Amino acid sequence: MGFFQSMPSTVATVTDELARRLSRDVDGAFEEFVTAFRSPVYSGLRRLHPSDAEDLTQEAFIRAYRALISYPPERIETIDLRPWVWTIALNLGRNHVRDRSRRPQPVELHDRHPAPEDEPADGRAWDQRFAALPPRQRQAVVLRHVVGLTYEELALALERPVGTVKNDVHRGIARLRTIIEEEA
Amino acid sequence: MIEESLADLATEPPASVTSGTLLGTGLVDGASVWESPVGDVVVAFNPSGVVSVDLASTPGIEAAHEVRFGRRLVEARAPKAWASRIDRAIEQGQPGDLPLDLRTLTGFQREILGITAAIPRGEVRPYGWLARAAANPGAVRAVGSVMAKNPVPLVVPCHRVVRSDGTVGAYSLGGADNKRTLLDHEGVDPAELEALARAGTRFIGSDTTGIYCLPTCRHARRISAGHRIAFASDADAVAAGYRPCQVCTP
Repeated sequence: MGFFQSMPSTVATVTDELARRLSRDVDGAFEEFVTAFRSPVYSGLRRLHPSDAEDLTQEAFIRAYRALISYPPERIETIDLRPWVWTIALNLGRNHVRDRSRRPQPVELHDRHPAPEDEPADGRAWDQRFAALPPRQRQAVVLRHVVGLTYEELALALERPVGTVKNDVHRGIARLRTIIEEEA
Repeated sequence: MIEESLADLATEPPASVTSGTLLGTGLVDGASVWESPVGDVVVAFNPSGVVSVDLASTPGIEAAHEVRFGRRLVEARAPKAWASRIDRAIEQGQPGDLPLDLRTLTGFQREILGITAAIPRGEVRPYGWLARAAANPGAVRAVGSVMAKNPVPLVVPCHRVVRSDGTVGAYSLGGADNKRTLLDHEGVDPAELEALARAGTRFIGSDTTGIYCLPTCRHARRISAGHRIAFASDADAVAAGYRPCQVCTP
């Protein structure tokens, strides 16, 4: 009894269970997958790609669906969903930035996507601070502290060693601290 | 301290992100409300095309949609490129370049709807005419049943298909009164159609050209009063030395 009580009911076991349900019936469990991940995926993309987060979130989930229906059930069952969804979202974000830099951009007089109503008042201030970080540190800080991935999940999602992503997070946080001090 | 502020940045996306995602996967259909000559209609769609058109006043649209098409219906904006096409398709009573998703229909149903879609605005055709156009002249009742089940009325103009005796006949989108409203809206006077039907007139010929037409054919409408000859059957017209019009193929 004491043994079972000591077992943590972690987020990981919940997503393992979801992966099992997806492996049995992608169509039946996909909406649950979206519900479970839409907030972290959107929150992260909102910081990494401020003006296109809605479109990118939607596209990331559609790609995840296409991938899932192409996988055999044995493979779906073993997916670690939290880092996996971010490998898709980050890849999409990278292509998006690359495609955009290849196309001429129209001059926009107004923000295409104004910040949502319910966003914290200093949401825009954070956009400025993140923009001042090198991309690798920005990604690492957002995924660790806005999205809430563990360092191990971060390493999987970014395909970099745990030590490297830890270092990126720490340096990014230190830099943000300096930026905020300079603001004051 | 910074870490806590960053955690506070977590936020829910707008609801449109979830509906757009499910729509993009094809797991649900989207629906939005459009104006039409017979009042507001709910247009349902998915990435393949428009799936159905219903009167917005119909009770239980969502439940009926799920039963009929096997997909849940969520409120969503139509793809940007389609918005003006939907407007035009409803106003013109013709799909034009608006894609339709008719995959749940049989080949025969799709064929009949394809022929219906080509009936010009402001003209009507009898059920029997559609059966003949589909090279299946005996299938008049089957044509009637395709019209009754047309999932995309207004856009595929089943309101332009009338009974073979010339009377207006039934209409799936809210009944015969709506059919009359739609015909009137595009310049066909339903009272005039029914007056011809009562008089037993099925075809109109021109004694100057020797050609006979369906009464609403654009060529029949051009015949001046003094040269209009009424026929009760195509046999009568042929016996009188007339040949069928190549446009309305009576």
